[in-house]
Amino acid sequence: FAGLADVSISENIPVEGEITVPVGSHSPDEDYSTLDEPVRDTIMRDLKAVGKKFIHVMYPKKSSALLRDWDLWGPLVLCVSLALMLQGGSADSKDDGGPQFAEVFVIIWFGAVVITLNSKLLGGTISFFQSLCVLGYCVLPLTVAMLVCRLVLLAGSGTVSFIIRLIVVVAMFGWSTLASTAFLADSQPPNRKALVVYPIFLFYFVISWMILTFTPQ
Amino acid sequence: FAEFDDAANLLAANPDATTISIDEPAEIPKNQHSRRQEPGREEDDELLGTDDSDKTELLAGQKKSAPFWTFEYYQTFFDVDTYQVLDRIKGSVFPVPGKNFVRLYIRSNPDLYGPFWICATLVFTIAVSGNLSNFFIHLGKPTYHYVPEFRKVSIAATTIYAYAWLVPLALWGFLMWRNSKVMNIVSYSFLEIVCVYGYSLFIYIPTAILWIIPQKVVRWVLVMFSLCLSGSVLVMTFWPAVRDDNRRIALATVGTIVLLHALLAVGCLAYFFDAPELDFPAPVIPAHNVSTVVTKS
Repeated sequence: FAGLADVSISENIPVEGEITVPVGSHSPDEDYSTLDEPVRDTIMRDLKAVGKKFIHVMYPKKSSALLRDWDLWGPLVLCVSLALMLQGGSADSKDDGGPQFAEVFVIIWFGAVVITLNSKLLGGTISFFQSLCVLGYCVLPLTVAMLVCRLVLLAGSGTVSFIIRLIVVVAMFGWSTLASTAFLADSQPPNRKALVVYPIFLFYFVISWMILTFTPQ
Repeated sequence: FAEFDDAANLLAANPDATTISIDEPAEIPKNQHSRRQEPGREEDDELLGTDDSDKTELLAGQKKSAPFWTFEYYQTFFDVDTYQVLDRIKGSVFPVPGKNFVRLYIRSNPDLYGPFWICATLVFTIAVSGNLSNFFIHLGKPTYHYVPEFRKVSIAATTIYAYAWLVPLALWGFLMWRNSKVMNIVSYSFLEIVCVYGYSLFIYIPTAILWIIPQKVVRWVLVMFSLCLSGSVLVMTFWPAVRDDNRRIALATVGTIVLLHALLAVGCLAYFFDAPELDFPAPVIPAHNVSTVVTKS
């Protein structure tokens, strides 16, 4: 700092300003700690967050609420309900039946992890759990499709019911893929978007195939 | 100047080899490709793609320098754009005679995206197509009850991923071993071999979809056609690497590569797709008749 050697500051320059220290008030009305609130408030807050994300998935707009406050409750609920509904398939006690509960669970979670790793390795800027959150929440249309399929299968399992199921599953598959692409595509480098979207397409295709080929006993 | 010592040792061991002198010894790239140009091998230039691969290899030598426990190290294997992946797929489906897939398309930037996702797609395509094909074959029969055959997905996954990773490992080990005995012009890194194998499996995806057609002739024509295409990619890639070796070993290596590729195709066809002409006779169900007799009386 040789250049500053000849700079001198006179010692009588008045310094003005205000210094305030925010006094931490420990009154119970301050909302910083959620430890004292009723349990119902805690649960309802999380449920409302999950419900808001469900609505975001059904009407995918470019909002960042889904990405910012990620949670994995919704994906867990969806995955478990989908895996439960895929049970009771034609298991002739041979090895040719439909997927078991553990297989559906593993496919969904392992598939979501692999897709997230893939998008991060390709240079995506989204965080790991945000991506898992989006992929899990976008299984919602397919869960609805599974519910509809089971109801249709209660009525009968002929050609008409198959066509109805096919249309519903294809529509929901398109919805899922478009919803997740709408949320995830922005965080990818522009010349690699197709490389990131294709595994998502494959993932929802496999889940749709499992739903479509579900045959009750 | 350790490089000069190495060069001196190599010259002492093999005094007949001609060597290239490079102006700046500090920039000798630390990659596995030994570059000895012998006169009279002009066709190697095409296969080696030496026109501008010198530059890319000089640049590539400084690329993969992150330690293997960091995330950035693995990101270097996914450093491809969409158009590059599509180009590589195109190169595996339309092999240009005389052009080496590795030199032309991979150019010291092997990626793991293509092999991994092509294998994943192939696994699900074979499982789904096999299921669909069996459904259509057995459709009219009264005793047929559709099953999703989900177990076959895991069998397909094991087979295809084992083929795409273990065979390149064995081939790479074998080529390294032969390299230590015979100085080859061309040698490939493990990832480049995995890359070639992964992209060469792409042709089986549309083939598996077309295998739904329940005609034996059609299926076998498809097998031959796809085997020719992807087999030729593999042969043109690996022939320069074994050509300098003993003639019989070179032919045996290339023959084994093609044979394993054919085995994969034929094995998948035989296991996942039922034969179309077998007619399962409708079995007589005596218990059903007895129960109706009982109810009627």
